[in-house]
Amino acid sequence: MRATPDARAYPAGPMVGGGSQDSLGTRIRLRVLEQSHRAGVGHIGSALSIADIVAALFDGVRRGDGGDRERFVLSKGHAALALYAALYETGRIGADALNSYCADGSPFGAHPEQTVDGIDFSTGSLGHGLSIGAGAALAARLQGSDRRTFVLLSDAELNEGSVWEAAMFAAQHRLGSLIAIVDVNGQQALGYTKHVLDLEPLDARWRAFGWTAEVVDGHDADALQEAIARVDPAADRPTVLLARTTFGSGVSFMENQISWHYWPLSDEQFDQAVAEVRSP
Amino acid sequence: MRNAFVEALTELAERDPRVVLLTGDLGFTVLEPFAERFPDRFYNVGVAEQNMIGVATGLAEAGLIPFAYSIATFASMRGYEFIRNGPVLHELPVRIVGVGGGLDYGHNGATHYALEDIGVLRLQPDLAVIVPADRDHARNALAQTYEHPGPVYYRVAKGGAPIVGLDGRFELGRLEVLRAGRDVALIAVGPIVGEAISAAEQLASNGIDAGVSLVSSFNPAPEDELAELLSGVDLAVTVESHYATGGLGTVVAEVIAGGGLATRLLRCGIRGLPRGLTGSQAFLEDQHGISAARIVETAKAAMGIAR
Repeated sequence: MRATPDARAYPAGPMVGGGSQDSLGTRIRLRVLEQSHRAGVGHIGSALSIADIVAALFDGVRRGDGGDRERFVLSKGHAALALYAALYETGRIGADALNSYCADGSPFGAHPEQTVDGIDFSTGSLGHGLSIGAGAALAARLQGSDRRTFVLLSDAELNEGSVWEAAMFAAQHRLGSLIAIVDVNGQQALGYTKHVLDLEPLDARWRAFGWTAEVVDGHDADALQEAIARVDPAADRPTVLLARTTFGSGVSFMENQISWHYWPLSDEQFDQAVAEVRSP
Repeated sequence: MRNAFVEALTELAERDPRVVLLTGDLGFTVLEPFAERFPDRFYNVGVAEQNMIGVATGLAEAGLIPFAYSIATFASMRGYEFIRNGPVLHELPVRIVGVGGGLDYGHNGATHYALEDIGVLRLQPDLAVIVPADRDHARNALAQTYEHPGPVYYRVAKGGAPIVGLDGRFELGRLEVLRAGRDVALIAVGPIVGEAISAAEQLASNGIDAGVSLVSSFNPAPEDELAELLSGVDLAVTVESHYATGGLGTVVAEVIAGGGLATRLLRCGIRGLPRGLTGSQAFLEDQHGISAARIVETAKAAMGIAR
């Protein structure tokens, strides 16, 4: 049962999308601001944090289609708006769909639903995605496919023990086609990760669990793509890219501010944020 | 029964390359036939039930038919939210195999009794809950449902004698009337139906005409057939190796209430989490009111007949 977005047009707010001169990451940021402002919904900081990671994945990296498409699990489902923005900017959904974000009757809620074409898995409960991704990678092997599986996690999500169950499983079964990307922005819902459950040394932890771990700049889409290209799906270890990011990246008053997990944008804040993203 | 189930699963895997078996590090002397025949389709995920369900979700989304095996209480509850947000939310054919429901694990104690697995799993819409009553029933239930489009939970008993008169007949969502009776309808789920049959025989020797029916699935449950059965008797007694609340007894109560029936209902089932009381399965079933003798007591008391 895969619903298509409601055909009726939703009222658009001010559209501030970038032009072809802007990077996909910048265009995703502008859509995130535009839609969260129109809908009056939060989780803006998290969506901005992954804008360049999602841009890297959606800019020609994922291959295949139909049953043999490379799966993407947005395990940090609360950043779904960045995923919708990427689907829109890469032509997979239309303006009506994007403008239905969080509207009555829309399938485009604050967390992604697999009923939408282009979204592989419904997520929102943290700690679920890496297990699904491990199963997807195992399925590819059983089906003789070299397709890769991408899972994007938040750093706070690593508090969940189930992540480490999946990490052990993927290493044990040498799932080299599994690529996890952790959005390491150092923040979680009620504080900074180092004050809640300190994750460091994060690369050493993953390596101890049998993974190849690489620290990358999470706001450098080219560097992310190069790191992904270096992964050999036939390798005997899964790979994790620890993408160092800034929560609220691109908007000065949001950066590293816990409160932007929650708040929607006022009109004044919206104008300032758009101006900053357009002219960094 | 669990051995018969795994034998049947191994035969299925022979014919269908989509079948994959995962276990949460349980199944010694049970899973070997499958593991030896299909080493590339058998995965011991370790003591990690959440991950087992998550991996099964990823496998099923790609078109495989994964079976996730553990002791019923761990299989049903340790990864419960992964079941809900995985195969249920995504409508995927994950099969959860819970071994030893109810009081099957006898002296192993409360941590090993699955007393609410049917109840919590039947709350998930479109998650088929299937409870075979004996070996042939389990084989047929598996053969008929392994390609079911949505998720399935199989509650597979450890042992259990053949149920007289059942002859392995299974049909999803159907009620099996094993014995007709005018005075009281005994309605059971799973192997404990054997105790209900014995109870009916004892009641007959007391001049009470007791029928026995077997419910083998929820989502769908045989609600229409239950309504028809219940509309013909004044008294119904449900029998389940499960909490009296949430499982069969609740389903029958819903049918009675929903149909505006006048049937009186008594529910034989476990009334509280057993603490500090161990023993054999038979001992515990008697202690918790679901042995033949206790079912007879319950029915007679309800009919105002002295013991």
